[in-house]
Amino acid sequence: MTDQPTIESPFWQMQGITKRYGGVLALDDVDFTCQRGEIHAVLGENGAGKSTLIKITAGVVAPSAGRLVLEGRDIAFAGPQEADKAGIVCIFQELSLMPDLSVADNICMTAPPGRFGFINPRAQRRRAEALLARVGCADVNPLEQVKNLSLSRRQMVEIAKALGRNPRLLILDEATSALTAGDVEKVYGILRDLRRDGLAILYISHRMHEIAELADTCSVFRNGRHIETFEKGARSDNEIVRLMIGREYTQVYPPKPQREAPPAPALAIKNLSWSNRLNDVSLTVGKGEIVGLGGLDGQGQRELLLALFGVLRGVSGRVEIDGRPARIASPGAAKSERVRMALIPEDRKSEGLLLPMSVRDNIAMASIGRFTTKGLLGGLFIDRARQDAKVDDVIKRLAIKCGDPDSPVGTLSGGNQQKVVIAKWLMTEARVILLNDPTRGIDVGTKQEIYQLLRELADAGTAILFYTTDYDELIGCCDRVSIMYDGAILRELAGDAINEEQIVASALNIDFRPLPAEPEPGSPPCLEARA
Amino acid sequence: MSIATTTLTDWKLRAGQSQGLLIAVAVFVAMFTLYITNHPAGLTVPVVTTAANKAVLLALVAMAQTLPVLTGGLDLSVGMIFVMTNCLASAIVGGEPWQVALGIVGVLLAGALAGFVNGAIVVYGRLQPIITTLATGAIYYGFALLIRPVPGGNVDGDLADFMTYTVFGETVPTSLLALLAAVLIIWLPFRHSVIGRGCYAIGSAEGAAYMSGVAIGRSKLAAYTLSGLLAGLAGLMLTFVTYSGEASAPIGGTYTLNSIAAVVIGGTSLYGGAGGAIGSIFGAFILRTIDDLLFVFDLPPLWQPLFQGVVLLGAVSLGAARVFRVKNRLELFN
Repeated sequence: MTDQPTIESPFWQMQGITKRYGGVLALDDVDFTCQRGEIHAVLGENGAGKSTLIKITAGVVAPSAGRLVLEGRDIAFAGPQEADKAGIVCIFQELSLMPDLSVADNICMTAPPGRFGFINPRAQRRRAEALLARVGCADVNPLEQVKNLSLSRRQMVEIAKALGRNPRLLILDEATSALTAGDVEKVYGILRDLRRDGLAILYISHRMHEIAELADTCSVFRNGRHIETFEKGARSDNEIVRLMIGREYTQVYPPKPQREAPPAPALAIKNLSWSNRLNDVSLTVGKGEIVGLGGLDGQGQRELLLALFGVLRGVSGRVEIDGRPARIASPGAAKSERVRMALIPEDRKSEGLLLPMSVRDNIAMASIGRFTTKGLLGGLFIDRARQDAKVDDVIKRLAIKCGDPDSPVGTLSGGNQQKVVIAKWLMTEARVILLNDPTRGIDVGTKQEIYQLLRELADAGTAILFYTTDYDELIGCCDRVSIMYDGAILRELAGDAINEEQIVASALNIDFRPLPAEPEPGSPPCLEARA
Repeated sequence: MSIATTTLTDWKLRAGQSQGLLIAVAVFVAMFTLYITNHPAGLTVPVVTTAANKAVLLALVAMAQTLPVLTGGLDLSVGMIFVMTNCLASAIVGGEPWQVALGIVGVLLAGALAGFVNGAIVVYGRLQPIITTLATGAIYYGFALLIRPVPGGNVDGDLADFMTYTVFGETVPTSLLALLAAVLIIWLPFRHSVIGRGCYAIGSAEGAAYMSGVAIGRSKLAAYTLSGLLAGLAGLMLTFVTYSGEASAPIGGTYTLNSIAAVVIGGTSLYGGAGGAIGSIFGAFILRTIDDLLFVFDLPPLWQPLFQGVVLLGAVSLGAARVFRVKNRLELFN
């Protein structure tokens, strides 16, 4: 080869990378470099552009603009296979394992050993055993089906699978979040070995103590922009938090009411646990109060809302509505007259809307029971006239823009679709409203209207539990904020404590100390991180 | 861990993963024993040969159905390919030995081509397998009618007699050997190939398979093509059994539906990703033996659909047990 790359050229470079999804700018003119033999941590809050950065590196999505440079040479990936060939291997947060297949099948899926297109089962088994031993999981039988393994073991199989692909750049995207403490230690050991072998490692994690322990270099992202890259120990935790925040406030929020005494609780959650995802959660939402749920994505917020709404099986703990214990075993029960709870789901396309059905039918869907005919066959048929009159009122109240209320809801814009989902639950006259990130992916104007509506509902006495990934909304909308971490409520913020520093620091499970916050000389880097 | 215990756990794991197959084999053995002990002639070569000739046809069609099902699809055209190749065989498998050989190759190629067309539409047209094969099945039946507007035709008599009789000193039914050959030449190589592995991966989790670099299009295409080939082989065997061709819609429809039943009874998941063609063969044998049992116990054949339904329901219930372990009810709808 004449075009031998020089040893000085970094392994992976991104120059001026921009990525747009429709109108949303996910990455904005980003320059990023990853060297051989370093563990490079990527930090940023929800929506900072971390996932997009990884997806572009792993060849899953193509950038809208900019250059990708691998070992000094320009490169473009047509798909994940091509990135794989170049030695870029990603361990995704969502497992890429096939549950019905055996551990050995999975580990060797990308390039099974054998000849002429046939797989040599013995060679495959030997390779699987060697890789399992390398990640310290020699006790896993390669013949076992992946679906019979625990989540932690599956993640270890995933790591073994990635190592089997002979990576030169290894990307770990929250790869340790499902691991048990023992397995985490094994992964640390493996990563340090790989670093010594000269691999480049991109490490995405929200656990500051992991980053303090592992990373050589940290890069902070914010709003799709690369803010700063610094050596390990060059910045204190407080400084990192400040680098991660600092967005411009674009939203205007309705004023919060001033309260003398805390309102009577409408929803009281006591010691709620489920599987290993919810851990002894206790929380109250008062009548007329908006309580925010914060924290980084995937800390159990969704599970908490689903558990309250009766979707999860095997939930322990107690739920009280207006002081009376409530047993909510299904969404149907949550909707009942005794409870009157509503959940605005996260994914409106799959859980919120019946896309081919009309706007009217969608809005009436949760409250059809209220519009049945009276008389001999009462309760059997739907009284359309009564239903439509009520639906049209709600459409007017929420200012849902639809040419014809009988047209399919799928033809509406994202913001109007979300309004339809909210309208559907307004029709049930719920006492308690749970919201799961309701403003994701909708326009600013509609967001504003939703904030206004939530405050109006609260002022009329509704209790609102509001999960959002947008910190700005927690600050602007909520009377109190509970931050979740690892399935538990880590901290409750109220009043002036609801500010960006506190929210981000709590989400990362570190103590934020107000200014001045100079790192003390000689102190260990990234201090105060709690396990 | 000593080598002995390692092998033991290995065998336990293997047995656990082939539970569906083992149950199907056990049920078949029990039913067939019941049939033989109550048959006036007992276990004789002619009794077994007659049973085999009938069962092999459905077994081959069920094998054909297994491949698309493993990828998470469903093939509603296997019965029609079966009928179409039967009609084609009744027209071109005859004359001089070389003409017979060429005819057989032609019939098998026609079956494989029909399967390839299904696969190409599913892969490149991105249409749903069920509706695609419902449509192409009608087209293949149309070809069958064009070839054989009225039942008739002919097939090489000596070959047909040989294929439906016995070999090795009148001990082993030839049709069973043909089935064994299909397993050894088509199924087992497929099962151990990279492409076959890809089909299992796709059926188990298509997104994960894609992210693992599995050649999804190629794997699906191979599954449908081999499915067509197996259905073509079944059509050829039907011609040897009946000495003629008939474009019969009821036969095509019945075989299609029974092949799905056989696949499920044999322990293959309709969601794809788990199971195999050997199970489907025993599933087909079970369905066929129901017929024979009604005969030896002098029950009216009208009872047959009822019993088939009961067996199928039982098999599906075994596979549905997972529902009780789901902790997030939303997963029930995915």
